[in-house]
Amino acid sequence: MNQVELDRVTLTLGERTVLADASLAIRAGEFIGVLGPNGAGKTTLMRAILGLLPPSAGTLRVFGRPPQRGDHSIGYLPQVRTVLPDLRVRGLDFIGASLHGQRWGLPSLTRHDRSMIEATLESVGARDLARRPLSEMSGGERQRLLLAQALIGQPKLLLLDEPLISLDARHQEVAIDVVRKVCRERGITVLFSAHELNQLLGTLDRVLYLGNGRAVLGTVDEVITAPVLSRLYGTDIEVVRAAGHIFVMSRGRDVETSAHQHDHNHGDEHEHHH
Amino acid sequence: MFQYDFIQNAFAAAGIVAVVSGIVGYFLVMRGQTFAGHALSHIGFAGATGAGLIGLAPLWGLIGFTLAAGIAMGVLSERISNRDVAIGVVLALALGFGLLFLHYYTSFATQATALLFGNVLAVDHGMIATLAVLGVITLVALAAIMRPLIFASLQPELAEAKGVPLRFVSTAFLAVVALAVSECAQIVGVLLVFTLMVGPPAAAQRLTTGLWSGLALAALLALAEAWLGITVAYYTDWPVSFCIACLSALGYFAALAAPAWQTRRRNADHANESA
Repeated sequence: MNQVELDRVTLTLGERTVLADASLAIRAGEFIGVLGPNGAGKTTLMRAILGLLPPSAGTLRVFGRPPQRGDHSIGYLPQVRTVLPDLRVRGLDFIGASLHGQRWGLPSLTRHDRSMIEATLESVGARDLARRPLSEMSGGERQRLLLAQALIGQPKLLLLDEPLISLDARHQEVAIDVVRKVCRERGITVLFSAHELNQLLGTLDRVLYLGNGRAVLGTVDEVITAPVLSRLYGTDIEVVRAAGHIFVMSRGRDVETSAHQHDHNHGDEHEHHH
Repeated sequence: MFQYDFIQNAFAAAGIVAVVSGIVGYFLVMRGQTFAGHALSHIGFAGATGAGLIGLAPLWGLIGFTLAAGIAMGVLSERISNRDVAIGVVLALALGFGLLFLHYYTSFATQATALLFGNVLAVDHGMIATLAVLGVITLVALAAIMRPLIFASLQPELAEAKGVPLRFVSTAFLAVVALAVSECAQIVGVLLVFTLMVGPPAAAQRLTTGLWSGLALAALLALAEAWLGITVAYYTDWPVSFCIACLSALGYFAALAAPAWQTRRRNADHANESA
């Protein structure tokens, strides 16, 4: 069965059309790398799958039915924007707050909840984070904590929005390895958005490339080509393969690297005008 | 000193208000909304003086204005509540209106000082009963929204995805803050609500990492500072609110210093082990 299915879907944010008339299907157990320039709609697509943004046209189906807000079968790791830096909450309570966090009343953790959190932390190799306050964790440790949180409750689909941002190269590799291992073991479908294709090359099954209101889903060889990417970026793109790496270039510049640099200044509002 | 009725009353009233302030303030600090709490108390000042003008008890004007302002802030959340400038402008405007109402209010000076800086030694039995009822309402309302409130404070994007109504939760919380601010202003005055609502919870967050231990410590610190403040005031004849403000600042800065001291000790231990 297809886990996520778009049938001529259009997504709009205010006046802006983020995705126009897109059709694609993601199969169970696939690891999908979601790529594309900033503002191409990676976050927007994930929010639509979560049921937070109804399509303005077309049909979106998740697990064969319309997306439902608060679906427990979906694990979500939002792009980190709002972790308060000085928060002295320990990892266990941080994740505990998200467990049944939508219910009214006082927070409480049963012994079962507690052991589930600890087991999940263990599975991403972060058992010790349960007791440590958030304010003393490094960027990599926080990301691991968030990943563990996304995995709680046996999700069938995992949406990871830029989980590599703010990690150094070594921690990025570790994070990818952890996701790959856990998701392969449990047969979880993954949408993993990133800026950089090369790190995901050995892991992903197919690429979902977004840009210019379009979405193209396919193998790396099908999607990462000059004609396809030129259409998505709206400019002449060259694809250079060297030593097992793929470089996507626009007029001699690596678009992924430049997207990274812009990201620190503009957030996700950046658009390409080349 | 407990042979005096006014001291007994002051201890009872300050005790109720300190516990409520410490607990509600804990979430105010967690959400980084302390400035909004401060603004609510200033808006309450206009309400209190306005109520005096039309012959109502200041407390009801305080509650009416802070509740209305808290709910308005929650509903307009994205546009206003986290914008310091907008809040600052509204806050100053409210104080200005408070002054205008005072201008037409006969018992100008004493009333103004009591509203601005509190007058816990003048509390009577009726006020204690009112504060107790309000305190229970405040804490019950907070308990009802506590779980989604914590989730929404720590991870708003995820909470939204999991079905937490963010705007409703933040509006309900600001209404709870409005009630707590109104109560707190009865003890330490609108200008000094930080002493009980921010100082103790902020200190508690430095010293603990667990939720329940943090809440308990915030309430205990607020209670200790309020009661100790009254005691010191009794023996020195200094204003109560001044004493509480000093203790609150002392508690906060001591808590700031404590972790640094712990880290140094830990490092020293490591150095000894490796030597």
